[in-house]
Amino acid sequence: MTATAAAIEVENLEKRFADIRAVDGVSFTVRRGGTTALLGGNGAGKTTTLSILLGILLPTGGRVRVLGEDMLTNRHRVLPRINFSSPYVDLPHRLTVRENLTVYAHLYRLPRPAARIAEVARQFAIGDLMARPAGKLSAGQKTRVALAKALLNEPELLMLDEPTASLDPDTADWVRSSFQDYQRRTGATLLLASHNMTEVERLCDDVLIMKQGRIVDAGSPRMLLDRYGRETMEEVFLDIARRPDDLGSSAA
Amino acid sequence: MTDCPVFSPRRIYAMVLRHGYLIRGSWTRLAEMVYWPFINVVVWGFTSQFMAAHSDWVSRAVGVFLGAVMLWDVMFRGNLGVALSFLEEIWSRNLGHLSVSPLRPLELVSAMLIMSLIRTLIGMVPVALLTIPLYHFSIFTLGLPLLAFFANLMLSGWAVGLAVSALVLRYGQGAESLAWVLIFALAPLCGIYYPVSVLPDWLQAVAWFLPPSHIFEGMRMVMFDHLFPGRQLVVALALNLGYLAAAVGLFLWVHHLARVKGLFLSMGE
Repeated sequence: MTATAAAIEVENLEKRFADIRAVDGVSFTVRRGGTTALLGGNGAGKTTTLSILLGILLPTGGRVRVLGEDMLTNRHRVLPRINFSSPYVDLPHRLTVRENLTVYAHLYRLPRPAARIAEVARQFAIGDLMARPAGKLSAGQKTRVALAKALLNEPELLMLDEPTASLDPDTADWVRSSFQDYQRRTGATLLLASHNMTEVERLCDDVLIMKQGRIVDAGSPRMLLDRYGRETMEEVFLDIARRPDDLGSSAA
Repeated sequence: MTDCPVFSPRRIYAMVLRHGYLIRGSWTRLAEMVYWPFINVVVWGFTSQFMAAHSDWVSRAVGVFLGAVMLWDVMFRGNLGVALSFLEEIWSRNLGHLSVSPLRPLELVSAMLIMSLIRTLIGMVPVALLTIPLYHFSIFTLGLPLLAFFANLMLSGWAVGLAVSALVLRYGQGAESLAWVLIFALAPLCGIYYPVSVLPDWLQAVAWFLPPSHIFEGMRMVMFDHLFPGRQLVVALALNLGYLAAAVGLFLWVHHLARVKGLFLSMGE
């Protein structure tokens, strides 16, 4: 895979917190225009990896290139081109949805903030929520608003941390369709950390499976199902999670 | 959309707008900005009126306490304005979003300083006007030096506020009470209500390293002797610029440390 074809290139990534190796020599690439999942149990290193890719956590060692830029030295050239959404990070509760989106539109220095806000409001059906404080929204409404914020700058790379956690199946399905629509329309790259195997099977072209800070397997959902002789990704996940010692193939 | 200026006024404006929205939508926050300066002025106003009738020293400058109270509040509000702007981001769990946005640390600092100025003016201007009919004292009679006092005390407040914000970022919300506590530890040394010469010799040496000590001495010089405190203002400004540069440096260093330790996503309610 050439540098131009890759949205993310990671080489020998390491992150230690005191004696703990949260990420332990990870290497992988994420191709442009695709959807890749980072799978793994709690403490596998997914969030740490995602945080390093976003530039809010510095690695102990290794190299990270995002959209062709070195994330360690040129982070601020990359940040206007990417975005992030997580149910674990909030928008200010007391600000209305419109106020929140206006602030972020200016932070991303969008040329026509009001027009772009109207566009994402229509896209995510949040027009009737615009005057409501962000803290007064239901979980589903908050997710839609967070996604509207995440797509304000039309990111070339969108990173998502458990994007459908705590959503009812209908809302979760709607959210997944929104990602697919966005990707079809813009050719953006999606990287998501998830525990939801249905989501991974439906959305992702590639899967990176992490355990104990390492990538222990990788491939398309179809390849992984075949490799493990299983019917669902959940069974594959359980096989890997319950394997006592991980000497599985490393992704490259 | 892909250009990335090192310092963007638009991104600073975005952060000022964010806090402007917050204040506009919360009458309790707005009221709090005026409430404490108002209470201080009322208490000290009546105290100084009483003392004016019983103390020759005070009767020479009835407004000395009121002036001191208001100028001290400028520094206190300056500090609080910076620290609160930062704490609001932590309380609202917004720091994660901001950290992955193109906002640069120095732009965040600039926005915090601008918000501090706005918060201080919202708190202090009505109170300064109120003392005119209430106590027949106008701080504006200090004239041009008032602007220099105000600017210097804002710089002092900003330095403390940035240091507090850095400590909160480093040590978590357990350190947030420092926003109110730390500045009061300096108060006894600053000669707000009494000359620095009242302090023991060894404490005087410490006091002269604090910019507000020079400002309050300067204020008394204007009020008692009607002299322009040029030397005091220059020394205070030099000290303030040093402390502010150190505080900005500390905040930026801790901001970098937060990326090493992964503090941005873990902070919140």
